[in-house]
Amino acid sequence: MFGKTIRSRFPVFKNKPGLVYLDTASSSLTPKSVIDKIVEYYEHYPVNVKRGIYSLSEKSTAEFEKSRKVMASFINAPDADEVIFTRGTTESVNLVAYAYGRKNVNEDDEIVVSVTEHHSNFVPWQALAHEAGAVFKVIDVDDEGRLEIFGKDGSVQLEDVVTKKTKIMALVYVSNVLGTVNPLKAIIKKAKSINPKIVAVVDAAQAAGHMKIDVQDLDCDFLALSGHKMYGPKGVGILWGKKKLLEEMFPFQYGGEMIQEVTIAKTTYAKPPHKFEAGTPSIGDVIGLQEAVNLLKEIGFEKIHRHEQSLIKNLRKKLKATFHDAVTIYGPEDGTSAVSFTLKGTHPHDIASVLNDDNICIRAGHHCTMPLHQRFGITATSRASVSIYNDEEDIDKLIKALLSAYKMLSKN
Amino acid sequence: MYKDVLLDHYRNPHNFGRLKKKTSDALLYNPLCGDKIHMDVLIKDGVVEDISFTGEGCVISTASASLLTDYVKKKKISELNTLDRKAMLDLIGIEVSAGRIKCLMLSHEALQKAIKNEEKN
Repeated sequence: MFGKTIRSRFPVFKNKPGLVYLDTASSSLTPKSVIDKIVEYYEHYPVNVKRGIYSLSEKSTAEFEKSRKVMASFINAPDADEVIFTRGTTESVNLVAYAYGRKNVNEDDEIVVSVTEHHSNFVPWQALAHEAGAVFKVIDVDDEGRLEIFGKDGSVQLEDVVTKKTKIMALVYVSNVLGTVNPLKAIIKKAKSINPKIVAVVDAAQAAGHMKIDVQDLDCDFLALSGHKMYGPKGVGILWGKKKLLEEMFPFQYGGEMIQEVTIAKTTYAKPPHKFEAGTPSIGDVIGLQEAVNLLKEIGFEKIHRHEQSLIKNLRKKLKATFHDAVTIYGPEDGTSAVSFTLKGTHPHDIASVLNDDNICIRAGHHCTMPLHQRFGITATSRASVSIYNDEEDIDKLIKALLSAYKMLSKN
Repeated sequence: MYKDVLLDHYRNPHNFGRLKKKTSDALLYNPLCGDKIHMDVLIKDGVVEDISFTGEGCVISTASASLLTDYVKKKKISELNTLDRKAMLDLIGIEVSAGRIKCLMLSHEALQKAIKNEEKN
């Protein structure tokens, strides 16, 4: 199923023979089924949604709304109307910060995030806190890359972090750098036991293609994810939010499709989700999401997890066996889907450039997590992330190329 | 892609360190890759008498800073106005992908900034 077998379903491997793609954490490759679905929209019913009284528009609207149901079921949302289509995780988090945050966060209130957050779940909250005069609290990580909120018995301890004044706690589900999976269910439960009114926002971008997401089980209030990290189209994603909150919030953008009635004197707004979907959305991309979910369902998260964990474990093992003290690996031993590392005396950008000559794609830089890199006292890392189309051969090619890059670049 | 001459400049960059006597300096940071460069210049009568840099960087940013500092020494400021991206590419002698032009141009930007600071002083 995995590696070579599944690669035949991703056209890029045919067009770029020998490609070793180890940057799914940045963006996954796109399967033919998703591309075909987008083409189907543009070739068969490429018209606007919700506007036309003709059958083509009914068809595009039906497919668009089907995607909403598919995505709702994908995250086990109780109601499809709680799913809002956005351009991706970044826009989803910004939507919450803008439409919920600006209405509810006041001076001296508190917002809690962690130092592992991607900038998309860090900067919007930092900006909101600064604007509102609120306190911006950042949970640290330990040297292994786990949030520093666990007691010796592993229980969640948030007493020093969450208070009655905490309005929002925004946390990442899976770190895009460390691969750490945060036990969000326990964390949210604990936070709500201290402050039942806290609103828990989950950045699930890095989780979506790798593990089952269940918003009801997590008991979060908002959850954001991107299509392009789960084999879907680029530039589309969702925000899920509890209906009551969505109803109370400000609109996000004003314009067409988000209104109920407009008069010269005033405007009343549509109900969620339409209240948050002003303008013509990227319809083909929204519709393409269906096929991304179909692919994940067909394989199943259990198998995906087993496959990816075996690759990641071996990658860690081989990195250590090959480079010994010269390699520093960030993140816990049981980290998932991505491994970030540095090789002594080399710059990650040079590593990535040299690997590119061998057709190997890895990410180099700060991966949009500058606070996390500052926490570890570094400016950049190399990151290899794995997916369903990778196999052991990819890992071996990576290690071999890393070794020659290291020999070429090392100052020692 | 990295020629030996570039790797030599990377491992043993020329003009690396701080100047004891300087008339201007500039600190620049490339947030993309975390490269940092601190450039010192000593300008007398419109001529770059001495120049040095410190910082952390990749092969391209370090080697280009090394080559650039060699190149501009004893040159008139007026001659340096024509230094552009193409000139930097010629200096380094390899193709640089779009994603790494920033690394190539970091020392160039630092030099321009240092000259500007000098003019302000």
